[in-house]
Amino acid sequence: MDWREDCARCHNCVKKACVYDRHRQETEYIRNLSDVNALFFDCMGCFSCVQNCTKGLLGLVVNPAYERLGNSYWTPEIIQTTWMQAETAKIPVSGAGYRGPFSGPGFDSMWTDMSEIVRPTRDGIHGREYISTAVDIGRKPSFLTFECERLAGKHPPLVSIPMPLIIDMDSPQHTLPALGPILRETARRTGLIAIVNQHDGSFTRDDREPDLSHVAFHLDPKAPPLPKEVLDKTKLVEMPDSLDVLERIRKLKTTYPDIVISVRIALDSNGCKRAIELADFQEVEVIHVAADLNGNEIGAQNPRFIKDMIREIHTSLVENGRRDEITLIAGGGIALAEHMAKVIICGADLVTINLPLLIALECQLCDRCRPGMLCPAKLERIDFEYGVGRMTNLIAAWHDQLIEVMGAMGMREARRLRGDVGRAMFFEQLEEETFGKLFGTRR
Amino acid sequence: MASFSVQEDSLKGILPEKTLQTRVPQKKVARVVKPAPSRYRNSIAKYIVRRSSDCIRCGKCVQLCPYGVHVDKSGYKYFAEPRLDLCIGPACEKTNHYCIAQCPQRALRMVENPMMQVLGDYRWTADMILATWKMAETGDIPAPQYGYEYHCGNSGGGFDKLRFRFPDKPPVEIDGDDIDTSIELNRRNDGRPRIRIDVPWYGGGMSFGSVSNITQLAKASTAVAWNTFTCTGEGGYMERLRPYDDHVITQVATGLFGVREETIQRVPIVEFKYAQGAKPGLGGHLLGDKNTISVSKMREAVLGISLFSPFPFHSVYSIEDHMKHLDWIKHVNRRALVSTKVSTPTDVDMVAVGSCAAGTHIVHLDGGYGGTGAAPDIAKKNIAMPIEYAIGKVHAFLEAEGVRDTVTLIASGGIRTAHDIAKAIALGADGVVVGTAELIALGCVRCTRCESGRGCPRGIATTDPELAAQMTVEWGTQRLINLYSAWRKELVQILRRLGLRSVKELRGRTDLLMHLDYSDSAEHKT
Repeated sequence: MDWREDCARCHNCVKKACVYDRHRQETEYIRNLSDVNALFFDCMGCFSCVQNCTKGLLGLVVNPAYERLGNSYWTPEIIQTTWMQAETAKIPVSGAGYRGPFSGPGFDSMWTDMSEIVRPTRDGIHGREYISTAVDIGRKPSFLTFECERLAGKHPPLVSIPMPLIIDMDSPQHTLPALGPILRETARRTGLIAIVNQHDGSFTRDDREPDLSHVAFHLDPKAPPLPKEVLDKTKLVEMPDSLDVLERIRKLKTTYPDIVISVRIALDSNGCKRAIELADFQEVEVIHVAADLNGNEIGAQNPRFIKDMIREIHTSLVENGRRDEITLIAGGGIALAEHMAKVIICGADLVTINLPLLIALECQLCDRCRPGMLCPAKLERIDFEYGVGRMTNLIAAWHDQLIEVMGAMGMREARRLRGDVGRAMFFEQLEEETFGKLFGTRR
Repeated sequence: MASFSVQEDSLKGILPEKTLQTRVPQKKVARVVKPAPSRYRNSIAKYIVRRSSDCIRCGKCVQLCPYGVHVDKSGYKYFAEPRLDLCIGPACEKTNHYCIAQCPQRALRMVENPMMQVLGDYRWTADMILATWKMAETGDIPAPQYGYEYHCGNSGGGFDKLRFRFPDKPPVEIDGDDIDTSIELNRRNDGRPRIRIDVPWYGGGMSFGSVSNITQLAKASTAVAWNTFTCTGEGGYMERLRPYDDHVITQVATGLFGVREETIQRVPIVEFKYAQGAKPGLGGHLLGDKNTISVSKMREAVLGISLFSPFPFHSVYSIEDHMKHLDWIKHVNRRALVSTKVSTPTDVDMVAVGSCAAGTHIVHLDGGYGGTGAAPDIAKKNIAMPIEYAIGKVHAFLEAEGVRDTVTLIASGGIRTAHDIAKAIALGADGVVVGTAELIALGCVRCTRCESGRGCPRGIATTDPELAAQMTVEWGTQRLINLYSAWRKELVQILRRLGLRSVKELRGRTDLLMHLDYSDSAEHKT
C-alpha cells in the first residue's frame, strides 16, 4: 500500500474502507518498530481504501521485497504459500477461481484426475472411509512361499512411514548445522524419517538420541563405520551409488540384516539407466534418485525434468517385471504438496524434500548461506521449538493436501497411487487429442 | 424476443395444488440499459493524468477534453479529482485535443497506472477487469480507443490462445437485428417445456452463504430481464427469490441444504450438482465464519460451523442410480427440465453420454479452472482438465454416439467474455454458464478473500449484512443487465463478421477458429 502527501485526515480509510482494520492498527504497528512492515504485508489487496480515499491518494503496488523472493523455480508464490502453511498447518484456501497460467513447464504440465459418479468403491475426503497415506520402504518379494501353512523363510525388512515423504539432507548450498536437530525432531514428531549425513557434526551420542528409528544415515564409504549400538537402532540407511555398491550392501547386510538399505543415485545423464540397472540386483531394496534442486537432470545442457525421468525409470521397471519389488524414492524439485502427488503418479513410491522445510522457517532462498553472510531469516539462531513447529505444520498441510487430491480421485491408498498415470492428464497429450486434431502440428 | 413466460393456467394439473396455492406473482424487470457508475469514489483507471503546481487553471484542458476527464467545479480553488476512467490514454496523442501537449504550462503528464500490475492476474487481466467494469457501467462494448485488451487473458493457453478466423469481409451481409442469439434448453421432445433463453448463457450456482442475498437477487432480476436463468447454488431457496421462480434453477447437491419438494416444484429447471470446477471431487465447503444466523437458518444447520457437502452422492454409484435421481426430480416436478452438473475428469465424455442416456436435458460441464467460491488452491490449480479440452471431447463423443441433438451441452469454468462464450460454442457447447464475470461486474477485484472471516470486502460474496449493504439490488441488477447487453452486442458482432444468422450455427464450428500455437495444418471439418 502506498500513498501520496496531502492526506485530509478524514479517516475514511481507518473507519470505513478497510474491513480488515489494517489502517486502524497503523499506530500500533508503528509503536513497535520491529513490526512496522507488517502493516504493509497484512494488506489483503481489496482496493477498498484505494477506491474510497476522499482525496484519491492511496494506491496499491507490488511489494518489491515480495518480487525478490526465491528464484525462477522457487517462485515468490511458492515461498509465500509455504510460509502460510508453516504458520497455520492449513491447506491454502482462496476464492475467485484459479488465477495462474493455463499450464507451464515441469509439474505444471499435468493435472490430476477426479472421479465423477461411476466408480462404486470410492468415497470423498469427508466420507466414511479412511484414506491411507502410509507407504512401505524396502524390497517386497513378488510372491510368498508357505510351508506347513506358515510363511517360509524370512521376509525382507520393511519400514513403514505414515506419509510418502522423507526429509532429505541439506543441499550443499543451504547447509546450516543448527538445523540438524530440528529436522530430526520434526521427523520424530511426524513419524517420518530424516536422512542424516553421517558426518553431521550436530549428531551426537546415542544417549542424546535414544530414538534412531526416525533417522536414516547417509553412509560415506570412505568414513569409518558407525558404531554398532547406533546402527542397531536404525531401520534405514542410505549409500551413495558406486561401482562397489553391491559389495557394500552385502557386507552391511551380513551384520545388520534388518536394516533397509537405499542406494542414492544422482539423476545425471546416466542416472535413469543406472537406476534401472541396479533394480535388477537382488541386493538392492530401495533406489533413491535425486535430481537437482529445481528437479532437473544434473549437468545436462537440455535437462529433462524429474517427472519425465521418473516415468522412464518406472516404466522400464514395470517392463522388466521389477517394479513391485523395488522402492523408488524421488527427490529434487519437490516444492509443493501437489508435486508430491504428481511425482508419485509418475512412478515414485515416495519423495524426499529439504528446501520446503528450510523455507518453512522463513528462508527467502537468498542463497547467502555462507560463513560471514547475514541470514535474513536468522536461521543460525532459530528457536528449536519454533523450527520444529513450523516444519511439522508444513508437513501436516502437505499431508492434508495429498488427501484432498487422493480423495478427489477416489483413491484410498497412497501405495496404489504409484505409477497410476491413468489418474493424471498430461498437457502434451490433451493438446494433441484436442487441438492437434483440429489445428495440426504444435509449433 | 422469444419467451417462455409461464401461463398460470398451464401449470394446473401439472403442479400439486399446494404448490400452486403458494405461488407468488412473478416480477417483471425491464431490459433497459442505463448508466450504472462505479459505487466507489475513485475509479481505477488504466492511465493517470497528473497535474503539477505549474497549472494556472486556465481551463483549456476542460474545454479540450471531449470525454470530460478534467473536472473544474465552480467555487473551488483547485481542480477536482479527474475522471481518469474516462481518459483514453496515449490513443489521444494523435488528436488535436490531447491535453498533455496542448497545456500552455506543460503542467500535465500522463503515466500508466502502476496499480495495473496489482489488479488482476493471468486469467483475468487488469484490462479485462476494467473492460468488464466499463461494460457494466455503460451497457456497451468499450470503445477501441480505451485500449483495453480484453478479448483474451494472459494465461498462455486454452481460450487465450484461440482466435476467430474472421474473413476480411462478412460472407453475407446480415443486419445485427436479424441475428438470433437464443438457444433451446430442451431437445428431448419428451413433452416438457421447450424452454428457450434469449442469450446463450445463464448465471451459475452461487449459494446464499457464498454470496449475499443482494447479489443473488441482482442475478435473479437480471435473469428475468434477459429471459434467461440464475441458479440458487446449494444453499437453500430464499423466500425473496420466489418472485423470480420462473427464471431460477434450483440445485440439488450432496448436502441437500434447503432442498424440499416445494422448492423443486417451484422452478422450471432443477440442477443436480455432482461436482464443481472450483473443487472437483471434493464436494462443497462453506467456512464457519460465513455460516451466519440467516445462513444457518436457511440451511437448517448449526450456526458458525463449517458446512460440507460431502462428495460424492452416496445414492449414485452408476448411471442407473443417476437415472433414479433424474426420475425422482421428474416425478416431483412434472414440468421441470433436469440439468446434470459435472466436472471434467479424464472420462468426462463417458460421464456425459451416461447422463444423456439417463435422461438429463442439460449436461453442464464445469471445467477445472472455474469456480467463484472458496476452494483449496491445490484443487483449483490441479484437479480436472480445463474446460477448453472438455468441450470438444464431449461434443465429439456425443456426436459419435448419435445423441448430440438430444441434449443441451453447457460449459462453464473460466468463461470471462463474449469472446470466450463464442469460442466455447465454436468448440461444441450450446451455451455457457457464467459466474465470476458477474461478480466482476458488481465490483469484484479478485482479491480472493471470498472465504475469509466476514467474507468479501467488496460486499459481494459475503453474508455479513454490513458488508452486503455496500450495494443495492437495483444497482447490481443494472450493472448485470448492462454487462449482458454489452456481451450480446459483442456476440452479435462476432456472428455478423462470420456471416452467421444464429448462434446455433456457430456450434462446433472449429473451422472458424485458429490456435496461435499450431501450424494450422489439419484439415477442418464443419
